[in-house]
Amino acid sequence: MSFDLFIDAGLVVGVLTLACLCMAAKNLFTAIVLFVGLGLFVTVAWVRLDAPDLAIAEAAIGAGLTGALLLATWRQLRIKSVNDDADKPNQIGGDNV
Amino acid sequence: MFESPEFKEGNHSNDLPLVVRILCAIAIGVLGLGLIGVLMSTANLSSTLPTLVQQNLAQSGVQNPVTAVLLNFRSYDTLLEIGVLLIVAVAMLPDSPSGRLVAVVTDTQINPMLEAALRWLVPMIVIMAGYMLWTGAALPGGAFQSGALLAGAGVLIQLSGRLSFCFTSTMAKLLLTIGLITFMLAAVGVAIMTGVILQYPTELAAPLILLIESAATISIATILLLLYNSLATQVSVTNAAVTTSTTSTTSTTNIDKEPKS
Repeated sequence: MSFDLFIDAGLVVGVLTLACLCMAAKNLFTAIVLFVGLGLFVTVAWVRLDAPDLAIAEAAIGAGLTGALLLATWRQLRIKSVNDDADKPNQIGGDNV
Repeated sequence: MFESPEFKEGNHSNDLPLVVRILCAIAIGVLGLGLIGVLMSTANLSSTLPTLVQQNLAQSGVQNPVTAVLLNFRSYDTLLEIGVLLIVAVAMLPDSPSGRLVAVVTDTQINPMLEAALRWLVPMIVIMAGYMLWTGAALPGGAFQSGALLAGAGVLIQLSGRLSFCFTSTMAKLLLTIGLITFMLAAVGVAIMTGVILQYPTELAAPLILLIESAATISIATILLLLYNSLATQVSVTNAAVTTSTTSTTSTTNIDKEPKS
């Protein structure tokens, strides 16, 4: 019983911490990695809530495919911003990637 | 059609006044607490639904209550969900010329370890997806989970660089729409038999649900793979352009803007 409580408390703290870190991260890549980690925590949370259907969906779609989609978007945005910054080399704050 | 989003990493503007930020925090806090309060007060109302589902589970054709709700009792929701996914897929369709659905790429560097691993991994993922689809009738699983697994296998194949997918081909369009088509045909078909749209006859419920879920799995996997594909292929085109120009002009920061294909 106390072990279950320990797991649940860890999950609550972990989910909230990861969510806050994900929102506060200045670096987009860090935010994406934290989001995928948050998805894994939420997966375990669904299992603890006796909702294995949602756990499977969260693991496959929430943590897996959304992470891949976000990373692909991140790469594309970065490449685009390199191209745009190169057009205006004197712009302040251009070297942020 | 759409404006390209800007990449603003590192350019965060924290120029909101402190008062506005505190007010926002208070408003969000009150809203969150209100939502929690509403959930707490309505928790008793929903407790009759699980028993209702359990009572009617026998005539749903499946043994898993989640699948029974998604594919039988509230199948209208699932039909619309698949329609929404299809609309997303149409919005994300690439602008490339039509070709074969799957093409073998020959002029690419293949990582032999990656390819060897994929030859073991992809068939197992496909079998796992089939198991997930079949077991959805009795245990946790179903079309969305199994479609996501299949799409994951497709992403792995695409990452290896050996095969490329073309989603403007006729075959791809068929795969994208087969889920919605099958679902709507089944909905209208049972309407002729029972008089009500999406009300399956009890003895036909199990095979109909399996048919709809199989078609939906294929469509969901294709749509999810299309989403990844349309993001990743544009990257590889522009990425090649950027890497060639950065290597040639490393000392100066003047990179030519390559035209998008």
